[in-house]
Amino acid sequence: MSYEEILTRYEPVIGLETHVELGTRTKMFCGCKTDFGAEPNTQVCPVCLALPGALPVANRAGIEATIRIGLALNCDIAEWCRMARKNYFYPDMPKNFQTSQYDEPLCTDGYVDVTVDGKEYRIGIERVHLEEDTGKTLHVGGATGRIHGATESLVDYNRAGIPLVEIVTKPVPGLGELAPEVAKAYVAELRDIIRSLGVSDVRMEQGSLRCDVNTSLNRPGEEWGTRTETKNVNSLRSVERAVRSEIIRQSGILDEGGKIFQETRHFQETTGDTRPGRSKETATDYRYFPEPDLVPIAPDPAWVAELRAGLPERPSAKRARLRLEWGMSELDMQSAANAGAVELIEETIAAGASPAGARKWWLGELARRANEQSIDLAEVGATPAQVAALQKLVDEGKLNDKLARAVLEGVVAGEGDPAAVMAARGLEVVNDTGALTAAVDEAIAANPDIAAKIRDGKVAAAGALVGAVMKTTRGQADAKAVRDLILARLGA
Amino acid sequence: MAAISREEVAHLARLSRLAVTEEELDRFAGQLDVILQSVARVGEVAAEEIPPTSHSVPLTNVYRDDVPTPSLTQDEALSGAPDAYEGRFRVPRILDEED
Repeated sequence: MSYEEILTRYEPVIGLETHVELGTRTKMFCGCKTDFGAEPNTQVCPVCLALPGALPVANRAGIEATIRIGLALNCDIAEWCRMARKNYFYPDMPKNFQTSQYDEPLCTDGYVDVTVDGKEYRIGIERVHLEEDTGKTLHVGGATGRIHGATESLVDYNRAGIPLVEIVTKPVPGLGELAPEVAKAYVAELRDIIRSLGVSDVRMEQGSLRCDVNTSLNRPGEEWGTRTETKNVNSLRSVERAVRSEIIRQSGILDEGGKIFQETRHFQETTGDTRPGRSKETATDYRYFPEPDLVPIAPDPAWVAELRAGLPERPSAKRARLRLEWGMSELDMQSAANAGAVELIEETIAAGASPAGARKWWLGELARRANEQSIDLAEVGATPAQVAALQKLVDEGKLNDKLARAVLEGVVAGEGDPAAVMAARGLEVVNDTGALTAAVDEAIAANPDIAAKIRDGKVAAAGALVGAVMKTTRGQADAKAVRDLILARLGA
Repeated sequence: MAAISREEVAHLARLSRLAVTEEELDRFAGQLDVILQSVARVGEVAAEEIPPTSHSVPLTNVYRDDVPTPSLTQDEALSGAPDAYEGRFRVPRILDEED
């Protein structure tokens, strides 16, 4: 049964719930730091440990970031809303509830437009609400050492209370076989928008952007089917694979006259399919009620207007504009966006480099290094200002391409700015005419036959002498200058 | 009629992970019933035009700035824990819950 064939008989409806961990310095309801990778339980206090008598106070930056996300997703911002307690018993929250929002989300009814295969699709946004992250549990013990055999849990509450924004789409019907690609494009667009706001580093592999994918199938003309929710979808590629595998799995059940049960499933990164998760035999009963310890949120319309006015250019619009300015193909721009290079190139140009020069380093040498080390381009060790300075040295003729690469290596290794690395490593192009003339004369003297040919007008033979000069100057001469000098000395 | 049934009390006990005996179910159901009936009397005076109250003081927008304040040390954080291991709280595994 091919995927295409399935889509002739069934129509998928998808929905996505995305969690974004905000990059605030402190937690949502207390002043504990949010540094990643700290020793366990060292960023905790009476509030996030739920010690008796501790009272939460909302972090203004968390409220502001949520409103900005809502505005960027074309949402209405609530004039008045409350936080709510979502009650459940599990050790990842010491309070026995998660502070969240229920029937009064901060932002509602927006949309995001995404482009797939040149066609635009509008994804409706149901709501954007603010909540808090949970602690991290580590299950240990048991004979097999596996999760299912675990006898106890070890808990670190450093993450408990970090602000989390949940973005829920409306159900999206009518995508047909493109459903998996549109789902992926939506998450990518969402990531770019949130990154442009500077409110989160939105790194799926580090869990600061997490995605749950809902999928259902129905026969044409019939009502929407029962949906399943797939969790554990931790990369853009997995979003696409999760939707596709659920479509295939559900169609198999429906073809045999079976029924789809509403359930939570887990995406398997290795196999690309989904497995059943927690059973829903005990229907979730969170007993939501308004959080009495936090006062209602009533964003001042003037503040919201100010935040709206301060929104950055939409990433898709910005990419289209920069693509034209930089004279890039759509494919190049796409790969620059995927590599996270757009802002870096932009800043490099702002620091004085030409678009071609800036692109060359970020998409070439530096992208290669980032790939090799599996790190983000932004973490490769060179700043836009340094790349611009490097390109300037090339443009001024102080570095040729080969030398510039060596200088960049020094910059990335933390040896300083390009000019400093060039000086320290002695990499500057030999422009000292005296030294260069001496090297040229030496090459002419050592190769009288070739010199004679050149004197006779066989200019092409100069290449061999250029090579000899480059060798004596250890590659630090400008090849064109050497060639011109040779021709001048030989009167050709 | 009782405001809360014995089954509802059993359900709440399960959600709270409390082991409640049959005898206690009867006792708690009776006690909770008295509380709920008392609270229900509020409904008798709450008219349409009176909005539900979640906060007794009409305050909004109480925020703090995003500035770190000192946290507890790991030892302090774990000092009240019944059990700890390598800087983490150690708790019995909750059965029948997700991984």
